[in-house]
Amino acid sequence: MLKIEDINVYYGNIQALRGVSMDINKGEIVTLIGANGAGKSTLLKTISGLLKPKQGKVLFEGESIGGKAAQSIVKLGISHVPEGRRVFANMTVEENLELGAFLRKDKAGIKQDLEKVYTLFPRLLERVKQQSGTLSGGEQQMLAMGRALMARPRLLLLDEPSMGLAPLLVKQIFNIVEEINKGGTTILLVEQNANLALSIADRAYVVETGSIVLSGEAEELTASEEIKKAYLGGH
Amino acid sequence: MELIQQLVNGLSLGSIYALIALGYTMVYGIVKLINFAHGDVFMVGAFVGFYSITILELPFLPALLISMIVCAIFGVLIERIAYKPLRNATRIAALITAIGVSLLIEYGMIYIRGAQPEAYPNDVMPTSKIDILGVSISSQSLLIFFVAIVLMIILQFVVHKTKIGKAMRAVSFDADAARLMGINVNNTISATFAIGSALAGAAGVIFGIYYIKIEPLMGIIPGLKAFVAAVLGGIGIIPGAMVGGLLLGVIEALVSAAGFSLWRDGVAFVVLILILIFRPQGLFGKNKREKV
Repeated sequence: MLKIEDINVYYGNIQALRGVSMDINKGEIVTLIGANGAGKSTLLKTISGLLKPKQGKVLFEGESIGGKAAQSIVKLGISHVPEGRRVFANMTVEENLELGAFLRKDKAGIKQDLEKVYTLFPRLLERVKQQSGTLSGGEQQMLAMGRALMARPRLLLLDEPSMGLAPLLVKQIFNIVEEINKGGTTILLVEQNANLALSIADRAYVVETGSIVLSGEAEELTASEEIKKAYLGGH
Repeated sequence: MELIQQLVNGLSLGSIYALIALGYTMVYGIVKLINFAHGDVFMVGAFVGFYSITILELPFLPALLISMIVCAIFGVLIERIAYKPLRNATRIAALITAIGVSLLIEYGMIYIRGAQPEAYPNDVMPTSKIDILGVSISSQSLLIFFVAIVLMIILQFVVHKTKIGKAMRAVSFDADAARLMGINVNNTISATFAIGSALAGAAGVIFGIYYIKIEPLMGIIPGLKAFVAAVLGGIGIIPGAMVGGLLLGVIEALVSAAGFSLWRDGVAFVVLILILIFRPQGLFGKNKREKV
């Protein structure tokens, strides 16, 4: 579904990704794990078009999207839930969700998806008319995810959905991520909490200082001594 | 009774400030640029209205519409040519460019048509006096106030209910997040310039009708005062610009009524200094707090 071939990405003169290649197959949950500043968010931003690769290819269902503008990539079926949620705090929950469907014109379909989001996140339904800036962190995360789903993506990019949330809430969010995946949406998940990420993922890539150093089945990696030591607080 | 008349005059003048201030505040909200050429778009609007009325012999409403459309296109051109290439430059570079654009329009206008002033014909709108409870109010003041209010209501509708308005609010809050929704940020910024400039064009036409005399440098003082109005209400906040403009007009009228009419122009800047000292975020502004 998504194929990344040997991309280099820069912030100004600083190289953030070096020769990164990866594959995501339809229906999978793939996770990127790695320390802060390893380049995980950069990779997501490159896929969604906020950053452009200097070299290399990004192919989505065979189509090259490496140089495309973010708004055209959304249209192709990739939605990105950015780090820190980035909800429009000056707008209501409902308006945020409507913006998620900005490019769609099928009113009936939008309404249907809105219902779906409210079933997935009943908390949002309780707060439809509330300014989203007044929501709790967990609710904002739900809103950011719901907003991304409103574009009816086939590939969902999730950046640190657990950041700053209480453990119980994190569990809830991850259950929902699995549920979204079962509904047929492919997921690329960036997560600091490697244990948790590996527990729901099919496959994982380990990113270190801008390169992929390891990849494999999630179960394999969970069992690997190296990973345990570096990322799972191994004992 | 004199006081009420002054208040009405203040509201008419204030609604002109408000219309110009809206453009300042909308553009600031979305690209964080004080567009100092905005007062000159107002001037261009006044001239387009003048030529529509005198040469094309159009009545008020079509002249107003033509002026708004021409200014909208003009505003987009300014943005595309002068500001867009500087989108990622420092803010001071864009600000200095805005001053340059302002001078270019002013003296470009003088180059094209000369510096001599023009007088709006005085039969564009009925000029009868209306007596309301013993207060004599010119029908022009009322009409100006009415046109401004209608335009502001339309603006509120556009910003809150239409797709382009929602895109504008989203981009002004977080451009990257807006991109991820599929919003075309460049087009949204252009639309903001178009709407703001159209309002300035409308302000130019009603200014001409109210004050008769127009000339190529007429945009400077109203432009600066509208900027004060925008800051007074809270720069970047649309209702703030409306209230700030009306308030500034009323303050000026009251200062005149109190016998200090020579201080009229100065008082706007006293207001600016006071607001910057005591409430820099403006009347409607909130201190920014972020949730982590």
